[in-house]
Amino acid sequence: MAATDVHAIRALIASRKRWDAAFAVLGFLALMVGVLTFVALFTEMAVRGLPRLSYEFFTAFPSRHAEHAGILSAWVGSTLVMLVTAMVAVPLGVASGVYLEEYAAKNWITDVIEINITNLAGVPSIVYGLLALGLFVYEFGLGQSILSAGLTLALLILPVIIVATREAIRSIPQSIREGAYALGATQWQTVSDHILPYSAAGILTGMIIGLARAIGETAPIITIGALTFIAFLPPAPVSAAPPFLNFEWLTSPFTVMPIQMFNWTSRPEAAFQANAAAAGFVLVIMTLAMNGLAIWLRYRLRKNIKW
Amino acid sequence: MTAIATGANVSAMSSVPQAIRLTGKRSRIVRERFIESLLMLAALVSVFTTLAIVTILISESVVFFRQVPLWDFLTDTQWTPLFDDAHFGIMVLLSGTLTSSLVALALAIPLGTVIAIYLSEFAPFTVREVAKPFLEMLGGVPTIVYGYFALLFVTPLLQKVMPGLPGFNLLSAGVVMGIMIVPYVASISEDAMMAVPMSMREGSYAMGATRFQTALRVVVPAAFSGIASAYILGISRAVGETMILAVAAGMQPNLTFNPTEPAATITAYIVQVALGDLPHGSIGYQTIFAAGLTLMLFTLTCNIAGHLLRRKFREAY
Repeated sequence: MAATDVHAIRALIASRKRWDAAFAVLGFLALMVGVLTFVALFTEMAVRGLPRLSYEFFTAFPSRHAEHAGILSAWVGSTLVMLVTAMVAVPLGVASGVYLEEYAAKNWITDVIEINITNLAGVPSIVYGLLALGLFVYEFGLGQSILSAGLTLALLILPVIIVATREAIRSIPQSIREGAYALGATQWQTVSDHILPYSAAGILTGMIIGLARAIGETAPIITIGALTFIAFLPPAPVSAAPPFLNFEWLTSPFTVMPIQMFNWTSRPEAAFQANAAAAGFVLVIMTLAMNGLAIWLRYRLRKNIKW
Repeated sequence: MTAIATGANVSAMSSVPQAIRLTGKRSRIVRERFIESLLMLAALVSVFTTLAIVTILISESVVFFRQVPLWDFLTDTQWTPLFDDAHFGIMVLLSGTLTSSLVALALAIPLGTVIAIYLSEFAPFTVREVAKPFLEMLGGVPTIVYGYFALLFVTPLLQKVMPGLPGFNLLSAGVVMGIMIVPYVASISEDAMMAVPMSMREGSYAMGATRFQTALRVVVPAAFSGIASAYILGISRAVGETMILAVAAGMQPNLTFNPTEPAATITAYIVQVALGDLPHGSIGYQTIFAAGLTLMLFTLTCNIAGHLLRRKFREAY
């Protein structure tokens, strides 16, 4: 009797251990599905797109002839839109983060703002496009311009920057603030001389992740009515003659990298799809580089800071 | 004032007339207040954004529903807003959205959960350190690139297995969408599981439980509220995804729940209309706001459900 019990228990233990090992294998395989998909995606882009990548590809306008077409107007457009997005989203996001962490009283207004930010992060990006179409394009009369697109993407990535700023600020120990107040610093002096410099790296990480997301966004920009075929550049923001800076480019029509890629992907000819792969390759490299930089920065940050 | 200015301050400030010191203090207070209000204004931008979204969607939809009765919108089985014989049955677009989302979630939820459990409970330290950035990168790939991948890589691959599959279909778009969502589900679930205190695992191991038993019966139930919010986020991602569907699922309105057919989703329809040039204020222009409102209500319901779930199942340690 006792002997059979021992056998039964041993069998049970063995079967439990088999389950354990089986799940470890299953988990690893699941992880590999993700990794292999990424490898397949990257290889597909590289194999089909790399032959098209040349100096001309970056310096040519889109064309009806696939072999002469390039992404000049697309990357210039993307750069200018990102410039507007960063200029708007970073100050607003950092200011909101600082307000919520350092100033906000515990009252219903703060609660409303916090719930709002959480909800905004879950709003589909195309809804931001509809907002921009109704508000920026028609209500404010900004038209289908670089300014409209930049503002739209700024609103879209605002929650990312706010959350990153708050996390960075929250990791600063209270004693830093107390030290500053003890020396007679005002609240703003404490924030501008201590809180902001110490959280700068964390904020930078959030900014890069936000911009990496914005640069790949297609849907909201299509919704505001960006053109898919642009064979000219916006007026240059900087000129040699006075007044040196001009802002005409803000109201110029434009296209961006993902829209150019979408345009080429939806054509049936294989030659254009090769162009799409090349544009996609550039886009993937750009977002990977930005995300990689952010991950590396965060890693460095975690390693170097000891309060 | 005098009570504060003691010691070294007194000798330093005694040459400054009292009045100037007071105005200095007042201007300092004014400046502090001014900065605080500026910062608060910045924080309120997010509230204004929400209000603006709701106002724009509702005001344009009201105009739309004056011409199309709500009942027809909900029950009509045809979606032909740009034809002479116009029908506005949102069901048609909703079926595409639901079918593609179901395909995506059927892939993303099991895969994401297994990856999360593996990374949190089973994986050696080095595997986790390498895998997490990899997953993050996968989540950072632009959706238009996934769209290209679905149309020109996954669809031809699936056509080898299922020869009758059309060039545009919900299946390949849904599969790729699922892969896109896996990193979100996995990383949020994993964060939730990592937050479960070590002592609970140790208690379970001390009772002779294996890692698999501990993961399934101790860690997952304890982290359930976090895992649930990961699922909810996955659902709202799937429902709101646009470019993969616009590229790979075709833009033909089709009332179907069969993933091997082409169909338009709510989001793909908005893109299709935006690509053409509809005059501002026309009925076609207003349909995209009605469609957007439907989408927004759908994701809002998900978010609220997630919030309630989190509150109901939150475990405090």
